[in-house]
Amino acid sequence: MHFPLLLIVIFVFSQAAYWLGYRRAFSAAGEKGSVHLHSRPQYYGVLTFLWCVIPPLFILGAWSVFSEPVLTGLALKTMPEYTGRLSPDEISLLKSDLRNIVSGRFIPPGADAALLEAADHYKDMRGIGRQGLAALALASMLAGTIIVLLRIRPGMRARNHVEKMISIALITCSTIAIFTTVGIILSVLFESVLFFRQVPITEFLFGLKWSPQMAIRADQVAASGSFGAVPVFAGTVMISAIAMLVAAPLGLMSAIYLSDYADRKFRTAVKPLLEILAGVPTVVYGFFAALTVAPVLRQFGESLGLSVSSESALAAGLVMGIMIIPFVMSISDDVINAVPQSLRDGSYALGATKSETIKMVIVPAALPGIVGGMLLAVSRAIGETMIVVMAAGLSANLTANPLQAVTTVTVQIVTLLVGDQEFDSPKTLAAFALGLLLFAVTLVLNIMALYIVRKYREQYE
Amino acid sequence: MPIPGHSRKDALPMQDVESSAPSSVRTIDIINRKLNKRYRAEKRFKRLGLAAILSSLLFLALLFISIASQGYSAFVQTYILLDIHFSRDVFDVGNLAGADYNGLVRKSLQSLFPEVRGRQEKRMLNGLISSGASFQLQKMVMSDTSIIGSTRSVWVPADDDVDMLMKGRIDRSAPEAERRLKDVQLGWIDGLRGDHRLQKKFNMIFFTGGDSREPELAGILGATMGSMYTLIVTLLLSFPVGVASAIYLEEFAPRNKWIDLIEVNINNLAAVPSIVFGLLGLAVFLNFFGLPRSAPLVGGLVLTLMTLPTIIIASRVSIQSVPPSIREAALGVGASKMQTVFHHVMPLALPGMLTGTIIGMARALGESAPLLMIGMVAFIVDPPGGFLEPATVLPVQIYLWADSPERAFVERTSAAIIVLLAFLMVMNAAAVFLRSKFERRW
Repeated sequence: MHFPLLLIVIFVFSQAAYWLGYRRAFSAAGEKGSVHLHSRPQYYGVLTFLWCVIPPLFILGAWSVFSEPVLTGLALKTMPEYTGRLSPDEISLLKSDLRNIVSGRFIPPGADAALLEAADHYKDMRGIGRQGLAALALASMLAGTIIVLLRIRPGMRARNHVEKMISIALITCSTIAIFTTVGIILSVLFESVLFFRQVPITEFLFGLKWSPQMAIRADQVAASGSFGAVPVFAGTVMISAIAMLVAAPLGLMSAIYLSDYADRKFRTAVKPLLEILAGVPTVVYGFFAALTVAPVLRQFGESLGLSVSSESALAAGLVMGIMIIPFVMSISDDVINAVPQSLRDGSYALGATKSETIKMVIVPAALPGIVGGMLLAVSRAIGETMIVVMAAGLSANLTANPLQAVTTVTVQIVTLLVGDQEFDSPKTLAAFALGLLLFAVTLVLNIMALYIVRKYREQYE
Repeated sequence: MPIPGHSRKDALPMQDVESSAPSSVRTIDIINRKLNKRYRAEKRFKRLGLAAILSSLLFLALLFISIASQGYSAFVQTYILLDIHFSRDVFDVGNLAGADYNGLVRKSLQSLFPEVRGRQEKRMLNGLISSGASFQLQKMVMSDTSIIGSTRSVWVPADDDVDMLMKGRIDRSAPEAERRLKDVQLGWIDGLRGDHRLQKKFNMIFFTGGDSREPELAGILGATMGSMYTLIVTLLLSFPVGVASAIYLEEFAPRNKWIDLIEVNINNLAAVPSIVFGLLGLAVFLNFFGLPRSAPLVGGLVLTLMTLPTIIIASRVSIQSVPPSIREAALGVGASKMQTVFHHVMPLALPGMLTGTIIGMARALGESAPLLMIGMVAFIVDPPGGFLEPATVLPVQIYLWADSPERAFVERTSAAIIVLLAFLMVMNAAAVFLRSKFERRW
């Protein structure tokens, strides 16, 4: 039976199962409710429904995850004379050929009889597997339903059972965050270890030359790429620094003005407008940086007699700064509002003006929070991708001149991973090493910032 | 350590006491003397704050103005009216699709400009018409074979260079060698214009076409469909899972180290760069589970992981705002903890949860970096028909077009941005509406 049909059958039957459980509860209670049910009759229905649905769905899920690797392995076993003397890469190539033949997408030109035979074998086994699967799923569905129906008694604690199952589901959902983090760490760490086996970690961290282009032939000039990531780090730092130079003063001053000077009307009108800046997709900023800001900067530079690269760090950093303004603003706003009014009143009572109060009392009191917010902003600037991909360069220049093109960690990840990839070349793996570094740095910044901000809030609560 | 009295010299004007005669001067005079200066500083500071806000607003205005001014013209497109004679001897009944539609276009142009001779000139003349014209004729014939043998006047799309000229984005006065259109071509175009055969009409292709290398044939339908499929997956997964986690963490979770760990994780994931989620998708969903590249399903999974923290945090805030008295009342009349939460707390918290979800979806709609990692940057002509077919999404389409060298793609990119921003505005407006309509202050 086909997958969608199977799902429809399960769905229809599950409705029937609910109704059966519901009726069964009534009949168990006897005529006119002579015996008290432990739970309301709906719970008996829901319990039957759950036991009807969960086992077959579990089986189907397991099949769709595990069937392909298992079947591929079995199919390849039919051609032992092949797989015996192949390297792991060639086997993975063979596997993808096999998958293509089986799915009917196309038959790779190099396919020979043995491979086609293996593909046929695969299809046969898949056919058998699917029939068995359908039978198993339907059987488990029936079994689950019948067992529950037979066990329905007036004293059965159906509600408690249902609630137990729901709470298991809730717990599972809330652990997804942990699994995501673990998944991120494992996936970048695993590939990075492979990378550091080929390129020493000291070269990666301290090398001054970055040109990950791998030679196609072994005898080519510069046969191996060089993976010194210092120019990439320097570029990232420079663009983030420019962004922070724009965003920090503008965001902080805006927050101060809005929280301490602006009247209610101005505040309600302007705040949402500034928050629009945070909602604009980054690809739009990238387009703006590459097609509007960069040419303007270039012309302006030329009129001053400066040579400005069309992919200058300045354009990317400037636009990134604009993007971060609302972020800095809203965090600073929160932090400034958390400073107790009594501090302000004390300062005013001594005769200080508003600006003196802000500069001498509020900002020093809010400093930890502001610093935490800035750290979060820096972490966002480092991880920002689309603006730099579109507006910053690819060439890894080690320079301190913001008018020149530099590259960043995220740009390199994108350029190394978009397009065809082989998962054994250092070029691809380098992207994961950069990703690991990016994740580690932003993680440290985030945790530090969250800790500082929380400590600060507690101080005034 | 500075001496406390000296460190704040400019703020507290008391220090000047030493420099004047102590007996004749009262403190208030000293303060008054400095007062004007301090008020000026106060004004300066206030103006600085206002300037910061105004410059941020200026950036916002510049962004929108530059995109709107570049993009509005893409909503119209130049069409050329050709009299096409669908002569019977061109068509073979068995193979209508294989007829020489290009030839029909060329013949019709030839009859308009009989004076054009020579290969070079003819090619330049044919270059005025988009290569999509022949497909358009093909479609016409396939849908209605009765037009074979007749002559019809057909509006066909002009080439992007002609379109750019009509929209004033090609400078006629530039030297010929630097122009995409040569002088003879300009003459022909003016001729066509004089005959009213050249007109700007609403650009339907932009809304009904897939991607194309030819700007005049490129549309956003494929990318929009891709975005839709991706967002459906994201919504179906992230809303239930996000709400369930929020309910568990707020209502059921014991206070222990595990729960602290989960909370730290969620807060941290909200700040992890989006591209890292792309790396996760590439390594786990594509390489480990072998899901197809470029598929909306994988895109949706990655965006789900990315938006989950947003939805969880918003839902938790929303659950927190339900007053405890509601829970106590439900528990008091004998509801179980689970019944209390699902029958009483959740309905009250739902508007807030939905608002958070819409905001998360809006962010997912604008996201492109992680999708680049899982191959949703492919050049895809046909709109995707399902969750497993190769697709791209609106922001990635914008990225792809922004890279194209043709002048005409600049306006189409801007127009696609306008469409994307319109979608985002609708979603955010819906969130604001939900919040203002259903949010209750207790």
